[in-house]
Amino acid sequence: MTRKSRILALLTAVLVLGSIAAFAVHHAAERADRRGRPQPGGPAVADGRVSLTAPAGAGRRMIFRSTAYGPHRDELASVPAEQPGGQRATSGVKCLRFFAAGGTGICLRGAQGPLRNGYRAVVLDERLNEQRSYPLAGVPSRARVSPSGHLVAWTVFVKGDSYGATAFSTRTSILDTRTWKLQDNLEEYDLKVDGHGYRSLDVNVWGVTFSDDDHFYATVSTRGQTYLAAGDVGAATLTTVHSNVECPSLSPDGTRVAYKRRVPGLPADSPWRLNVLDLRTMTETATAEHSNIDDQAVWATDTTLVYARPGKFGTDLWTVPADGSGTPKQLASAALAPAFIG
Amino acid sequence: MYLADSRSTPPPHTSTGVGRRSAVPGTVLALGAVSLVTDVSSEMVTAIMPLYLVTGLGLSPLGFGFLDGIYNGAGALVRLLGGHLGDRGGNRHKSVAAAGYGLSALCKPLLLLVTTGPLIGAVLAVDRTGKGLRTAPRDAMISLATEPAQRGRAFGVHRAMDTTGALLGPLVAFALLRLAVDGYDAVFAVSGCIAALGVLILLLFVPGHRGTEPGAARPSGHERGWRAALGLLRLSGLRRLTGCAVLLGLTTVSDSFLYLLIQRRLGLPGHLLPLLPLGTAAAFLVLAVPLGVAADRIGRRRLFPIGHLLLLVGYGLLLVPLSDGWAGVLPVLVLHGAFYAATDGVLAAAAADTLPPAQRGTGLALVGTGQALARFTGSLVFGALWSAWGTGIALATATGALAVCTAAAMVVLRRSGSRMAAESAS
Repeated sequence: MTRKSRILALLTAVLVLGSIAAFAVHHAAERADRRGRPQPGGPAVADGRVSLTAPAGAGRRMIFRSTAYGPHRDELASVPAEQPGGQRATSGVKCLRFFAAGGTGICLRGAQGPLRNGYRAVVLDERLNEQRSYPLAGVPSRARVSPSGHLVAWTVFVKGDSYGATAFSTRTSILDTRTWKLQDNLEEYDLKVDGHGYRSLDVNVWGVTFSDDDHFYATVSTRGQTYLAAGDVGAATLTTVHSNVECPSLSPDGTRVAYKRRVPGLPADSPWRLNVLDLRTMTETATAEHSNIDDQAVWATDTTLVYARPGKFGTDLWTVPADGSGTPKQLASAALAPAFIG
Repeated sequence: MYLADSRSTPPPHTSTGVGRRSAVPGTVLALGAVSLVTDVSSEMVTAIMPLYLVTGLGLSPLGFGFLDGIYNGAGALVRLLGGHLGDRGGNRHKSVAAAGYGLSALCKPLLLLVTTGPLIGAVLAVDRTGKGLRTAPRDAMISLATEPAQRGRAFGVHRAMDTTGALLGPLVAFALLRLAVDGYDAVFAVSGCIAALGVLILLLFVPGHRGTEPGAARPSGHERGWRAALGLLRLSGLRRLTGCAVLLGLTTVSDSFLYLLIQRRLGLPGHLLPLLPLGTAAAFLVLAVPLGVAADRIGRRRLFPIGHLLLLVGYGLLLVPLSDGWAGVLPVLVLHGAFYAATDGVLAAAAADTLPPAQRGTGLALVGTGQALARFTGSLVFGALWSAWGTGIALATATGALAVCTAAAMVVLRRSGSRMAAESAS
C-alpha cells in the first residue's frame, strides 16, 4: 500500500466509524427526548405540592422518586399511601436517591461540573427547600433519616479506593442536622467483629438504618464476609451482631430487621433474597418474595415491606408481608426510593 | 531543543544512523497514536462504569469486586505470553499487538449486550487480557524502531501520547452523557468505534516484519523457546535491572493507597479524591518527554533509581506535611507524576539496551511482569501494615524500605552500567 492509499483508507474508516458513532449518539439522544414525553399507560402525573409532613387528617402518603416518562421524570412525587397507583403530585425536585422522616428529607443528586460528573447530598426541609448541601465522593447508593429527622445518613460507591483499579468500595456518612456535624466516613469508627477489636483496610460500611438519634444498624463487610453491625453515633463504635446481612432496614417498632441475604448456590448475578431477622430471637424468616432483591427495603407498616424490582421504566415498587406469608404485589410502576409520611 | 540534543548525544553505534535522523521515528509516533486513541476508548468506559452499574443497571458494584485478584495474576501471565509470541518467527510483534488491540476493541460492543454484574466483569477481564497481550510487543516495536541513543525520548513520547488519551477519555464520555442523558449504550458504541480506529492505525501505519536490527543473526530454534526466555535472566544486565525493578516495585506504595494517604494525611475533603489521579497524569504527561531525553543523556539506568528518589521526596512530604490542603497535595502529585515519567518508559528503554533484538518482546515482558507482580505483592503488604499499625507507621516503613532499595539500585545499576559501557567499547 502506498502512503496515499493508506491515508485514504484511514479517512474512509474515520467517515464510516464516525457515522456509526454519530448514529448511536443520535439514537440515544432521541430516546432521552422520548423520556421527556409521557408514555401511554404510564401513571398519571401532575404538578403539585409535596410536603414532608402530612397535614392533620390528610392521611398517610408515600413520597418517592418517580421515573415515569414525561416532563416530571426523576422528580420527587407524592401519592396517598392507600392508593399508590393514583395520580402523582410532583414537586420539581429531582433526586437519584431519597428518604424522609420527621420532616427532614435527604436527596442524593447529580451535579454536573465543567469537567466531570459530581454528586451532592442535599438536606431538605419539610417544604423540600434546600437546607444544606454536601459534595459526595462517588455515585449515590443508599440514604436514610432517623425517625426524629435529626440524623441523616448516606452511602456512595467510590472507585479507585481499593487494591485494584476495577474494585469499588463504599463510603458512608452520618450528618447531624441540629449541629451540622458531619461524620464523613464510618470506616473510622472502632469496629468489633465477633466480639474482638478489628482493623483492616478492606472494611466497607453501607446501608445505615436508624433506631433513634444515637443508635443505628448498618452492613459491615470485610474479607468477603458481610455482617449486621450495631452502631453508636456518640461513641463512634460498630459491633457486629449477625452475619450474611446486607442493606438492613429496621422495623418501626425496632424489633426486626429486613435485609438482603446472599443465598449460597444461587446464580452469581442474582444472589440476594429478602429476609427478616428477629432481633430478640435472632431467627431468620424468608419472605414470599422469591426473586433477587438488590435494594434496602422500607417498612410501610410494622407488617409490610416495600422494595424496588427492575421494571420497564427503571424500577417498580413491590410489597410483601414481613412474616413470610402472602405473595409479592406490585405497588407502583416507575418508582424508586419510597418514604412513608404521616 | 532538538539541535542542542543532537550535538550533545554521542553518535549512534548502528550503521543505519548515518545522515539524517528524525527526533522520533514514525513507527513510534504511529504506536503513540494507537495508544492515544485506544486509551480514549478504554478510559471512556472506565470513567462511566460505576455510574452505569449503580444508576443505569441498579446493581451494587461491590458484587463483582472479587474478579480483581484474578485480573492481576492473569494480566501478568498474559503479558509474558504476548512478549513470547511476538518474538516467535523472527518478529511477529505487530500481529500479536494487533490481536491484543483487536480483542479489547471487540469488548466494547459486547458491553452493549451484557447487563449483569458477572458478565460485565467477564467482558472487562477479556479487555484486560487484550491489554496484557499487546503491551510487550508494542514496547518491543518502539525499541526496535529507535536508535539506541534515542530510546528514552522515544518511550517518553509514547507515554506522553498514551497519557493524553487517558486524560481525554473521561471528558469525551461525560460530554456524550450530556448530549444523551443515560446514553451509556452510546458511550459504549462510540468507544468501540474509537477502539476500531486504533486497530486500523496500527495495521496501516505501523510497519510489520521490519525484522531485527541489521546484521543480527536470525534466531535459531532453541533461542526462541520458553527456556530461552528464562535463559534471558543469565544476561547480567537484564538480571540486575529486573532485580532492581522488583525490589523497588515491592517498596512503592500502590496508586490507590497513595491517593488515600494524600487525602487523609493532607486533610483533603473526601469528595476530591477522584481528582488526584488527574494531577499525577498531568505531571506525567508534561514530564515524560523531557525526562526521557534526560535519560538518554545521563543514562537510563541512572535515571530509573533517581525517579524513585523523587518518589521518596514525595513520601517525605506526606510523612512530615508542611501544609494542608491543595498547597500540600500539589507537590506530592507533581513528584508522583515525575516518578512515573522517570521510570515507566525509562525502564523499558533500559531493558531494551540489555536485550538481543530477537528476544526483545520476551525480555521486556519479563521485566514488566516482575515489576507488576512485585507491586501487587507490595500493595498487599502495605495494606496489612496499614491495618495493623495505621497510616503513619505504614508509610514510614515503606519510605525506609524504598530508601534502602533505591540506594542499592543506584549501586547495582551504576556498576552494571559501567560494565555494559566497557563491553560495548571493547
